[in-house]
Amino acid sequence: MTQSLGLLIETPSQTAGPYVHIGCIPTFAGIEGVYPEDLGLSPVANGAKGDIITITGSIYDGTGWAMRDAMLESWQADASGLYPGQEGADPNVLGFCRFAADKDTGEYTLKTVKPGPVADRNGNMMAPHISIWIVARGINIGLHTRIYFEDEDNQNDPLLNRIEQRHRVETLIAKKSGDTAYRFDVRLQGDGETVFLDI
Amino acid sequence: MTGTSPLMPRQRDKHPQPFWPDYKTSVTRSPSLPLLSMDSTPSEETGPPFGHSLLGPLDNNLILNYSQGKASAVGERIRVHGQILDETGRPVPNTLIEIWQANAGGRYRHVKDTYFAALDPNFGGCGRTITDEYGRYEFLTIRPGAYPWPNRANDWRPMHIHFSIFGHAFGQRLISQMYFQGDPLIDLCPIAATIRDRSQLDRLVAPLDMQNSRPHDYLAYKFDIVLRGRRQTMFENKPEGM
Repeated sequence: MTQSLGLLIETPSQTAGPYVHIGCIPTFAGIEGVYPEDLGLSPVANGAKGDIITITGSIYDGTGWAMRDAMLESWQADASGLYPGQEGADPNVLGFCRFAADKDTGEYTLKTVKPGPVADRNGNMMAPHISIWIVARGINIGLHTRIYFEDEDNQNDPLLNRIEQRHRVETLIAKKSGDTAYRFDVRLQGDGETVFLDI
Repeated sequence: MTGTSPLMPRQRDKHPQPFWPDYKTSVTRSPSLPLLSMDSTPSEETGPPFGHSLLGPLDNNLILNYSQGKASAVGERIRVHGQILDETGRPVPNTLIEIWQANAGGRYRHVKDTYFAALDPNFGGCGRTITDEYGRYEFLTIRPGAYPWPNRANDWRPMHIHFSIFGHAFGQRLISQMYFQGDPLIDLCPIAATIRDRSQLDRLVAPLDMQNSRPHDYLAYKFDIVLRGRRQTMFENKPEGM
């Protein structure tokens, strides 16, 4: 016999199912008036410092179909690389956003401030990125990934440099589609499968 | 980094299988390549805070919140309560919990649910609350009904309530489902079966809690939740020589 570690085990995940919007984005489900407004409508308030950008994309399943029932959440630092709550962080950047794929087209849109670089635990600077979490019917445990930007210097990013197959790095990089617009598609499975994180 | 410490790695074998052919939708919605694993960073160790000012007085009362207190939902009145802990056993205070569920007949108030069981005009099916200083929470609701779904020819979901929990870090984000003690449909459900470790599935089954029921009012079910913990870091992140 040994001492007990005394640790608990994390509660197991289950799929969010097809009606995740009822609990998380009630107006999307057609439920009005229970809450004053949906949670996480925008990651920025008026007056946020930095460049306001729009990211658009779709979540494709293994057959290439743009999923209509996915829900996404994003979490990011402000333009100087500080997370909300950290000393000196921009009070007009809330950092968190929640959004759904469109029920007709499957396309999502995230309007936010472009984040600044953040240091990792070893003091290495990570290139600007937005953390993304995706849940939907058929996804048994939420998928974490990151959005990087093609017009930033991504060469020394510690996470991107961990990807052995260099062509897969491209799956995490949003492509410019306009002055302040980017395209970021997620492929759950198969050709061009997005890199998902266990982090 | 000050203020954050690394998250314990997720024990993926304690979670569902992403690819589970009996749950047909998972076949095309599960990554086929391995996840990229690395230590957590501030991007995962921080997360959005939500204050009590967010909440309205009926947000955790699904019996009354859709009608704004004017009329009660139909069904078996229940209280669902419990505590949020992390893997080290510490309570998780001030964290947002959101729930959603079908009504007593198994029908969801969602534009896409076409099951012919009737909607309840006084039931919306969404609720939220923030845990107290001990990580405790409670909801008043009605017990949801089982419902059929288009998977195999005759699949029915057990009675369940969906839970979404934030924790204090984006990397702790968790969505799961609570089942009810004694429901015979749990053993037949391909979504429940994605969790291969039976002892882990049992942790999603809330026991009837008579001692916390209220006579002539509601039955109680207890549902505790464990989120990822943080590693102890005596030797990390200290200046040289300390």
